[in-house]
Amino acid sequence: MIGIPAIRKEGRAKVLGRARYTDDKTFRCLLYGATVRSTVPRGILKAIRFGEGIPWKEFTIVTAQDIPGENRVAAIVKDQPFLVEVGGMINHAEEPVLLLAHPDRYLLEKARRAVILEVEELPAILDIQSSLDRAQIIGGNENIFKELRIEKGDPASVWARAAHIIEGAYRTGAQEHLYIEPNGMLAIVAHGDHEDQVTVCGSLQCPYYIQKALMNLFGLPADKVRIVQMETGGAFGGKEDYPSLIAGHAALLAWKSGKPVKLIYDREEDMAATTKRHPSRTRMKTAFDEAGHLLALDIDFILDAGAYATLSSVVLSRGAIHAAGVYRCSNTHIHARAVATNTPPSGAFRGFGAPQSLFALERHLDVCAAQLGLDPAELRRKNFLKIGDTMATGQVIQEKLDLAGLMDRTLQEIGYTEKRRSFAVINATDEPIKRGVGISVFMHGCGFTGSGETYLASVAGIEGLADGRVAVLAASTEIGQGKDTVFSQIASEALNIPMELVEVAQADTKVVPDSGPTVASRSTMVVGRLVEDAAYAFKQALIQQGFLEEPYTPELFREAVRRSHARFGTVKCYTQYHKPPHIEWDDQTYRGDAYPTFSWGCYAAEVAVDTVTFEVKVEDFVAIQEVGRVINPVLAAGQIEGGVAQGIGWALWESVEWKGGRMVNNQMTNYIIPTSVDLPRIRVAFLENPHPAGPGGAKGLGELPMDGPAPAVLNALQNALGNLRLDEVPMTPERLLECMEVACG
Amino acid sequence: MAEKIRLQLTVNGEPRSVEVFPMARLVDVLREELKLTGTKEGCGEGECGACTVRLDGRIVNSCLIPAIQAQGSELLTVEGLAEQEHLHPLQQAFHHHNGAQCGFCTPGMLIAAEDLLRRCPNPDEGQIREGLSGNLCRCTGYVKIVDAVKAAAEGGRA
Ligand code: FES
Ligand code: FES
Repeated sequence: MIGIPAIRKEGRAKVLGRARYTDDKTFRCLLYGATVRSTVPRGILKAIRFGEGIPWKEFTIVTAQDIPGENRVAAIVKDQPFLVEVGGMINHAEEPVLLLAHPDRYLLEKARRAVILEVEELPAILDIQSSLDRAQIIGGNENIFKELRIEKGDPASVWARAAHIIEGAYRTGAQEHLYIEPNGMLAIVAHGDHEDQVTVCGSLQCPYYIQKALMNLFGLPADKVRIVQMETGGAFGGKEDYPSLIAGHAALLAWKSGKPVKLIYDREEDMAATTKRHPSRTRMKTAFDEAGHLLALDIDFILDAGAYATLSSVVLSRGAIHAAGVYRCSNTHIHARAVATNTPPSGAFRGFGAPQSLFALERHLDVCAAQLGLDPAELRRKNFLKIGDTMATGQVIQEKLDLAGLMDRTLQEIGYTEKRRSFAVINATDEPIKRGVGISVFMHGCGFTGSGETYLASVAGIEGLADGRVAVLAASTEIGQGKDTVFSQIASEALNIPMELVEVAQADTKVVPDSGPTVASRSTMVVGRLVEDAAYAFKQALIQQGFLEEPYTPELFREAVRRSHARFGTVKCYTQYHKPPHIEWDDQTYRGDAYPTFSWGCYAAEVAVDTVTFEVKVEDFVAIQEVGRVINPVLAAGQIEGGVAQGIGWALWESVEWKGGRMVNNQMTNYIIPTSVDLPRIRVAFLENPHPAGPGGAKGLGELPMDGPAPAVLNALQNALGNLRLDEVPMTPERLLECMEVACG
Repeated sequence: MAEKIRLQLTVNGEPRSVEVFPMARLVDVLREELKLTGTKEGCGEGECGACTVRLDGRIVNSCLIPAIQAQGSELLTVEGLAEQEHLHPLQQAFHHHNGAQCGFCTPGMLIAAEDLLRRCPNPDEGQIREGLSGNLCRCTGYVKIVDAVKAAAEGGRA
C-alpha cells in the first residue's frame, strides 16, 4: 500500500459536493456572530457606546467583562486577550473588542457598524526598523519577543584573510494564506448544574490547541470542552493559532445566549484580521576564498511578529536554523530576533520562517556568484553539505546526501546550461522580452524543531471496530493534503489488509488522542510513524488474544477483529512518541540535532520579463526533491505543485499593502494569487531515499515546496536582466520598475 | 426592506419554488433555502468562482446574482452533475487525478469545467487553463485539475 497512488479517501464526497464544511452545517434557532474590532493600531480603550437606531435588546452582547475564565489565549506566552477590556490596551487595529449575535445577519452587520469605541490613541510602531529603534516600547522585552544566536566557529577571525567578502540585505513581505474557505466556527454550550459543556465545530488544523484555549477561557476541564474538525477548505498554517480566538468568541456568544452560534468570517475580515506570513529582513555577510569556498557566514535575521507573541518564537527558531542552508561553513553566526509591531499578529504559514531565511541565502548566493565570476550552480556545488559534515547547530549529516546529484537532475530537466547560453545571446539584442533561468537548493526540517516533539509526546492509536474493520485514531486533521488517505495506506501496509478495511476517525477531541498539531510537515513522518507502530501493536494483540495467526488473508483478519470485539469490546492500541536516543538538542544554546532529518530540494524556474510592462511570466518550473520514501506519489505531487504555486505567488504578485497598521487590499480583487493562466505546468519529481524515522521510510513534504520557488524565480530574473538589486519579494511589476530605475541611475 | 417574492425555478432538473427577498443573493437561496450546500462561498465578490453555477446555459458567480434574476431560470449546481450515485465523467476524473484537495473550489471548478467542455469538447492545455481562469484554487497549483479536465475530455476512464 505504501508507494501506490491510492485514490483520496474523502474525494468522492468532495466531487459530489457532499463534504460538510463548517458553514454547511446549520441548526434551528441559530444565531450569527460578529466581531467588533478596534480600528486604531495602538491606544487605550476608554469606553464602548451603542449607536442609535438598533434594537440592542434583541442582541447578545459579549464584552471582556463577561468572560468566565481567563481573558488570555493560551499559547506559548499568554499575552493576547480574547477581547480588549475597557481601560485596556489596544495593540493592533484588528483587535477584537466586543461580540454580537443575532438571528438576522443583515441587522447584525448594521449593528456591528453602530458600535462606537472611544479610544485614546497612542503612537504606534508599524515596521521592523521603528521597533528596533524603540521609539515606543510596545511589547515583549524591549520590543523583542524572542532573540537567539546560533554560533559555530568564529566568522570574525576570517574577514581579514578572506579573498572576497560580500554583503547583502533582503526583505520579504507578509503573505496571506488565502485558503478558499474562510475561517469559521459553530459553537454550542449546554448549561449544566455544575459545569457547562462547550462544543465547537469548525474549520481548523489543531483541535487540541483550541481545546486548551477554551479550557482556559471558560475555566473548564478537558472533558467539558469538545472540539470537532469539520471538512476544512485549506489552511496552510492559517488555521493553526487564530482559530482559538474565533472558537472562543463563538463559544462566548453561545454561552451567553444559550443558543447555537455560527461565526463565519467574510473574506475581507479574514484577510484583514487573521494571521499572515511574518515579514522579514535579513542581512548577510559572507566570506569566500579565491576558489569560491564559503569561509564565513554572518546572518542577522529579523521577523516582524506583529502585536502578540503567538507562535513567533518557534517560527523564528525554524527560520534561523534554516538560514545557513545546505552548505558547509566552519564559521557561522546567526543572530535572530522576532520584534513587536502594532500590526495584527503574524502567524504560521507553510514553511514557518524557513522560506524567509532561505530566500535571503539562496538569493545572496546568486549575487555572490556574479561577483565571484562563477556560475551559480557551480558556486553551490563547491559548498554542498555531505555525509559527515556539520550544520550550523552542530548537527552532523548522518544520511546519504547527494545534493550535487539532486541539482544535476534539476539542471538537466530544465535545460539549464543550454538555456543560459541561448538566453544570453537573445538578451543581448534589443528584444524587449528578456529570458532567464535560475535555481535554488534548500532543505526543510521534518517535524517540530529541537525538543518540540519530546514535549508534545504525541499519541496515536488503532481501534478494532465491531464489523471487523479498524479505525485510525489521531488528532491530525485532513486539510486537503491527503492525511486520511496516507494514514490508511500506512495502517493497511502494517496490518497487511486492503485500505477499505481502514477507517480514519474524524478529528474530534472526544474520540481521538492528542497527536499534536497538524503542522511542521510532521503528520506523515511523526504521527504516521505512531500509526504504523500502533498498527503493529494491534496486530500483536490480536495474535496474543489467539484470534489471528500469520500468515492471514484480509477475511481472516476481519474475522479476528470481529471476534476480538465480540469478546472484549473495543480494543484500542495506542503508541506515544519517544525521543530516539541518538537525537540531542539544547534549547538554551541552540546546539544539537535541530530535526530528526531533513527533506531536500532543488528547484529551477525559467522566466520571461517584458521590459516595457515589467510583467514577469514563469515559463517553466521544475521541482525535484528527496523526501524519503514517497507514500502516495499522486498526493505528494499535488502537495508540491500547490506549494510551488504559493511560492511563485509570494515571489511575484502577493503583496499585502498596509496603511496605518491595517491591510488595505483585503479583497481577492486586489490581493493577487495565481490563477490557472498565470502558472506553467509545474514539473515534479521525487528522488527516493527511505529514512528510518518515518513510516515505511517517509519524511515530511508539506512545507518544503514553499522554500524554493521565490529564490529560484528571482535568480532567474537576475539571469534575465543582469545584476539588479533584486533583494525583495514580492517582486511586483512596480518594484521591478524601481529596481531597474535604480540600476540605470 | 422589500416584500418577499415567490421564486420559481428549475434546479438540477427539478422545479422548485421558494419565498425570498428579491435582492437575496442566489448563493444564499441555494445554500439556505434550497439546502444545496455543495455550492460554496469563498469571497462574495465575484473573484474566486467557488460559487459558480450554470444559469440558463451560462456560468455565473451566484454570489453576484440577485434572486429575482433567477426567476423562471434553469440552474445547474454541483449536486446536479452525478446521476444518483453515478459520478459525472468530470467528477470521476477529478476524483481519480486528485483534482480536489481541500475540495472547497471543486464544486465551482466542476461547473466551470462542464461549461468549458460543452463549448469546447477537445480543449488543449491552454484552453483548459483559460476556461478555468475565473476559478481560484489555492491547493493544487492547477496541474491535477487540468489533467482531470483533459482526461474527462478524452473520455477515457479518467
Ligand atoms: S463567492 Fe462568488 S466568486 Fe467568490
Ligand atoms: S482544492 Fe483547495 S482550493 Fe482548490
